[in-house]
Amino acid sequence: MTNEIILHLGNVNSYYGRGKARKQVLKNISLTLHKGEVLGVVGESGSGKSTLAKCAIGLVTDIEGERKLNVENSQMVFQDSYGSLNPAKTVGWILEEPLRVRGLRDKKELRRRAVEMLQTVGLEEEHYDRKPSQLSGGQRQRVSIAASLIQGSKLIILDEPVSALDVTLQAQILQLLVDLKERLDLSYIFISHDLAVVYQICDRVMVMYHGEVVEQGDVDAVYDNPQHEYTKKLLEASLSLG
Amino acid sequence: MMLNIEHLSIIFHDREEPFTAVEDFNLQMDHGEIVGIVGESGSGKSMTAHAIMGLLRRYAVEVTGKAKFDGADILKMDEKELRRYQGVEMSIIFQEPMTSLDPTMRIGKQVEEALLLHTKLTKEKRRERALEAMELAELDEPEKLYDLYPHELSGGMRQRVMIASALVLSPHLLIADEPTTALDVTIQAQILKTLKEINKKEGTAIMFISHDLGVVKALCERVIVMQHGHIVEEGPVDQVFYHPQHEYTKHLIESRPTRRKLKGRKLDDE
Ligand SMILES: Nc1ncnc2c1ncn2[C@@H]1O[C@H](COP(=O)(O)OP(=O)(O)OP(=O)(O)O)[C@@H](O)[C@H]1O
Ligand SMILES: Nc1ncnc2c1ncn2[C@@H]1O[C@H](COP(=O)(O)OP(=O)(O)OP(=O)(O)O)[C@@H](O)[C@H]1O
Ligand SMILES: [Mg+2]
Ligand SMILES: [Mg+2]
Repeated sequence: MTNEIILHLGNVNSYYGRGKARKQVLKNISLTLHKGEVLGVVGESGSGKSTLAKCAIGLVTDIEGERKLNVENSQMVFQDSYGSLNPAKTVGWILEEPLRVRGLRDKKELRRRAVEMLQTVGLEEEHYDRKPSQLSGGQRQRVSIAASLIQGSKLIILDEPVSALDVTLQAQILQLLVDLKERLDLSYIFISHDLAVVYQICDRVMVMYHGEVVEQGDVDAVYDNPQHEYTKKLLEASLSLG
Repeated sequence: MMLNIEHLSIIFHDREEPFTAVEDFNLQMDHGEIVGIVGESGSGKSMTAHAIMGLLRRYAVEVTGKAKFDGADILKMDEKELRRYQGVEMSIIFQEPMTSLDPTMRIGKQVEEALLLHTKLTKEKRRERALEAMELAELDEPEKLYDLYPHELSGGMRQRVMIASALVLSPHLLIADEPTTALDVTIQAQILKTLKEINKKEGTAIMFISHDLGVVKALCERVIVMQHGHIVEEGPVDQVFYHPQHEYTKHLIESRPTRRKLKGRKLDDE
């Protein structure tokens, strides 16, 4: 980790809807993400985690406050992998497209890179020709992860990326993310409802509640000495954190 | 016996080579039983569930074997007969909410849909029932949500809307396909409690699909473990949990995450 700042949000408010239906979802959010850092975001369902992620990369536009993104491009692995993969294209096409956009034309090389990426997320060459609808839920989630990693972005936001995977696959994907981060100096924002998973991969964690950040700090500090009621409740209920 | 599945196989013919997703799946379930299905990603859990619901009747999918519900074979029913079962006798909570929620329909209407199709309840009664089901599914402020559209909800809220729609008619068999993946432990615990209560009070049998053995242990009496389209292990939950026989099951139990930080590996240590 260096001191180079990748993303900064200062006192951000965000809104959905227009006119009378306009409603505030994020309240006064501030965060700083450094190069090589992994920031975990946990919090109640509906507390604004996905909204925060979309704000960070500019997908939610009705915002107030300061937003500075210091990387050329960023990627997001969406919580709903079905909706984010082009249903008309094959897995191979989806993985190769960003490489084609960057100028790679050699068909053999494109295929090799795509298949290699499939294998790193525990899929096989046979999935190359499939459409997203021809995959299982967990297979689709892994294609989304692969599609975001192959882009070569320095900032990747992962919204519940391993929620559909069993512990063995989870471990494999988390290890992959950590390895890539170290090798390529990536930064992640990692949203998860699973505190054990957050502990394994994150340097810092922030806890959201009703659109606000109620707690933020080093993972060890927050886990050993939680301040907010919701954090305490979550930690108590996470039996596997013995 | 309520559900009797014999030699169920599912083969896809939508690409050059046929692909067998499930082979020789057998399961007997009584009324009021709770059975868990765990298994590798891609092992055939969801496709088995869809076949039992009569949802794999489309081009290029071959389903063989028997899936009898109270003696009637779901796989042989015509569409009209099947619709009498779907939603009334059995309902399913799909793994991915966005694939089954209608983006153009308000939440309340979607939760009520089974009531509209299968009962003669008045509009007011339907609304009342829908709000009750939403509360059962742990959704806060159901009245507010009633008029919203799916895209205006968070991932976990959508998942709970799916749960509410499946519960609105108190089916005899509820198939829940990874129903709590987007929910944190506290809400998850509440949902599991609700499912247990419904099982006790209404006698609803539950087929609970999950990748999380811990959750299955908390809810189910029996468990089936799948890998590559096959059942590789089955038995009472405690037996499978404490004396796993199959490699995959052993792996699942051993690799539960603990409080440990992952270290990056350099290319050369691989
Ligand atoms: N497009 C939208 N229009 C209006 N309201 C929205 C929209 N998207 C989300 N919301 C609302 O904003 C709030 C925060 O949603 P968000 O998706 O950020 O929650 P989350 O923390 O990611 O929850 P989950 O853990 O369930 O995914 C919720 O109350 C939700 O209903
Ligand atoms: N339309 C299709 N054409 C071909 N193969 C398919 C199709 N749909 C699913 N499959 C394959 O069938 C197998 C079983 O899929 P299924 O969705 O039942 O897995 P699952 O056990 O539910 O996995 P997960 O835990 O990832 O949800 C998978 O290998 C999947 O790739
Ligand atoms: Mg979310
Ligand atoms: Mg599935």
